[in-house]
Amino acid sequence: MALAEAAFDGQSSGPTDKSRRRSAQFGGWTVLALAIAAIVSIPILVVLASVFVPTTEVWSHLVDTVLGRYVTNTLWLLAGVSVLTLIMGAGTAWLVSMCAFPGRRVFEWALLLPLAMPAYAIAFTYGGMMDFAGPVQTALRDWFGWGAGEYWFPQVRSLPGVIMLMGLVLYPYVYLLARTAFLEQSVCVLEVGRTLGQGPWRTFRRIALPLARPAIAAGMALALMEALSEFGAVQYFAVDTFTTGIFRTWYGLGDLAAAAQLAAILMLFIFALLAIERISRGRAAYHHTSTKYRPLPRYRLTGWAKTGAIAACAIPIFLGFLLPAGQLAMWSIETAPAILDARFLREAANTIGISAAAAVLAVGIALVLAYAVRIAPGRLARAGARIAGLGYAIPGPVIAVGVMIPFAWTDNAVDGWMRATFNVSTGLVLSGTVFALLFAYIVRFLAISLNTVESGLGKVTPNMDRAARSLGARPGATLRRVHAPMVRGSLLAAGLLVFVHAMKELPATLILRPFDFNTLAVRAFELASDERLADAAPAALAIVLVGLMPVLVLSRALTKSRPGEGQAKSRPGS
Amino acid sequence: MNKPKLRFASGIVSVLALALAFGLTNWLVPEQGLGTATAQSPGSVNVYSARQEALIRPLLDAFTEATGISVNLITASADALLERMKAEGRNSPADVLLTTDAGRLIRATEADVLRPVTSDLLAAAIPEQYRDPDGYWFGLGVRARVFFYAPDRVDPTDLSTYENLAAAEWQGRVCIRSSTNVYNQSLLASLIAHDGAVGAENWAAGMVANMARDPQGGDRDQIKAVAAGQCDVAVANTYYYAGMKDGTAEEQQAAAQVALFWPNQGAGERGTHVNISGAGVGQFAPNPENAVRLLEFLVSPDAQKIYAEVVYEFPVRSGVPASDAVASFGTFQADTLDLHRLAEFQSDALMMFDRVGWR
Repeated sequence: MALAEAAFDGQSSGPTDKSRRRSAQFGGWTVLALAIAAIVSIPILVVLASVFVPTTEVWSHLVDTVLGRYVTNTLWLLAGVSVLTLIMGAGTAWLVSMCAFPGRRVFEWALLLPLAMPAYAIAFTYGGMMDFAGPVQTALRDWFGWGAGEYWFPQVRSLPGVIMLMGLVLYPYVYLLARTAFLEQSVCVLEVGRTLGQGPWRTFRRIALPLARPAIAAGMALALMEALSEFGAVQYFAVDTFTTGIFRTWYGLGDLAAAAQLAAILMLFIFALLAIERISRGRAAYHHTSTKYRPLPRYRLTGWAKTGAIAACAIPIFLGFLLPAGQLAMWSIETAPAILDARFLREAANTIGISAAAAVLAVGIALVLAYAVRIAPGRLARAGARIAGLGYAIPGPVIAVGVMIPFAWTDNAVDGWMRATFNVSTGLVLSGTVFALLFAYIVRFLAISLNTVESGLGKVTPNMDRAARSLGARPGATLRRVHAPMVRGSLLAAGLLVFVHAMKELPATLILRPFDFNTLAVRAFELASDERLADAAPAALAIVLVGLMPVLVLSRALTKSRPGEGQAKSRPGS
Repeated sequence: MNKPKLRFASGIVSVLALALAFGLTNWLVPEQGLGTATAQSPGSVNVYSARQEALIRPLLDAFTEATGISVNLITASADALLERMKAEGRNSPADVLLTTDAGRLIRATEADVLRPVTSDLLAAAIPEQYRDPDGYWFGLGVRARVFFYAPDRVDPTDLSTYENLAAAEWQGRVCIRSSTNVYNQSLLASLIAHDGAVGAENWAAGMVANMARDPQGGDRDQIKAVAAGQCDVAVANTYYYAGMKDGTAEEQQAAAQVALFWPNQGAGERGTHVNISGAGVGQFAPNPENAVRLLEFLVSPDAQKIYAEVVYEFPVRSGVPASDAVASFGTFQADTLDLHRLAEFQSDALMMFDRVGWR
């Protein structure tokens, strides 16, 4: 640890710094950030408001019967997904960034592929394939002449099954951010390790990993929040987590207050996770103090290490992408002729258009929020940014209702006033429009862009700000001319992540969309929930294929995002 | 920033901008305009549907062809649509709410989002049992929750009633889905209505003891599990089985390996548990006449025939033939329990499931 800390730049906290911070507390950026945070957090607050409704007998029933199971299952889910995403994400990121072995160049981008696979799609393909009545077990019974109950087969529709599948589609977050971090690390730090006699493994464990910690933590936070809010997969497998509990309570028992109280507990989990990470990180800072970059010297792997590295990279790609996508493709061959028509293309256009819009907006907003926290790191701005990012951990249908209620309320209030004053009805102006839907996407996915942009900005040394400011640039110009170009890779990553997410988004799209506005996710889900998996496959496959494009762009940009790559000669002093 | 990087970044930006423009033109020049614009224009009807688009589009298209009234559609889960109607209040554009399960229609009525409708056509076409006496909702199709068994392992004379399936002789032999599903909630609600709370809770506990595996998957998965030999009897809705008979080769094969049993048919028995899919007219419907016309169309003999063939339910209108797959099930005696009783006991049923550990 001492070795890594040598590279850290201790956060300065002298008196001048403190007074500057206080005076900046209520600057224009802070006000802007707070305004954005306030608007974005309205839906979250609407949901949380029902926490203050007194508890009902439904609540005590939940506590007596199922709450314990929800807590235990949710904790197992979090623990399992953490371990899987850490091993698969950070491990493979290190391998492809720092080692040389056959296939590395392919793995570099292929490891991102499962990102394009929606959790509900992987759940229903594995459910269909691995089920007792599915092709795999049927074939085994035929080959070996086993009967029902005479053999053991892993049960995919179980908590371990859900953990496994979620790990497979969520590890790319950790991979993506960890790889970005490894690429941005100055080779000097790693060389210090080498000169002190550290081997590849110890360099990884004692230098690269601790240095990449904010990025890995951000990736794991994204993965865990998504695991908590995932509805389709846990519902399909009937695994009792908080998410299923919320809907059981809300829809089945008709008790929105008790459901919101469950949602509030869910948010406590998130707060706890974030707090643990922040406390354990302490006062260490992680920006780079050296600007010396050159192509990374790779460890050449041989023998077992080589085989192991290839397997470690190939297994997640195979299980998380090739196998389910192959199954979807096989189903699609059967059903595509009947499904592919002009409407399908229109749905694809809707999907791409609204996802792109959401991506641009979410990145812009995230940049403003993250920068405001950076230049005026007061408690207020920080809390604003945290609350604005909470939407990601709340199950989509809950957010959808949180968006719907204030929009409809505003529309109805305006309509009521117009009727009373001018005797004109304005009806619903914003509810049921693309605008409301975009707003819901931003509430849900701001955390993704915010985390990514923040971890990008965190690696830019404050000396840059100071230099720019001392040269007379105002904060806006500094952001535009200094930070934005430097964190270009992070901005791109953030935008593409939001794009892929918006494309897969389901519950909010379903309930907030305008009349006759369909997306591919809506189509896939409707057919899959009617248990017509083969008919659902073409739409699901299309989501995967469209999702592949940004994933490929992302990986190309990632490789190029290493500072100094290809321009070492032109950079003075390096 | 040097030039190649600038080019790359601007390339990405232009790709995003293109995608955005692509999508925007698609919204701004849609076939029927945006939601709020069409909501008030004459000659249309706005449908909030919990039935999937693939299922009801053919019928709605037939309606447009027959009447010239265009149909604007949103599909989502019934509970979410109900929340949307509640939030939209008096400006809600919803003319028709279309959903499955009587309990949800009754919940919508109680939430004041539906209005009463008097229509001689609807009253004549729909048996009293399958519509609301005050005209808040109307059944469009009937589904039954029945047993599917493996003929090679189960003697159908051993099967009799829902109550009997909880007996010890079926230990470890039954497949049924999670209690989060409304079909199981309605089934248990019907048992509460008939056998009382104690009897129903004992039944639920007995069913849990008899499960061959933890509840998982949908109704089709239960039927497939019987075909594959994991369990001997499954509880599922009729239309899933009919859908499998017309489904993929693999599903057809599974369907061929199981047989259907109508529970509670013996002398003095109450009949098989049934439920409906149905619709009501929105409390603040901007096009109420068109809404009623749509409902009347949906129970017309022709539409009932299409409906029966697309969703594999029993037509609610008597004299209309069921689809071939459904007709092959034969006839049965349906439970005549007032559907309002299902809504009354649904949340009790869910709490009962929690207490006996039925996931």
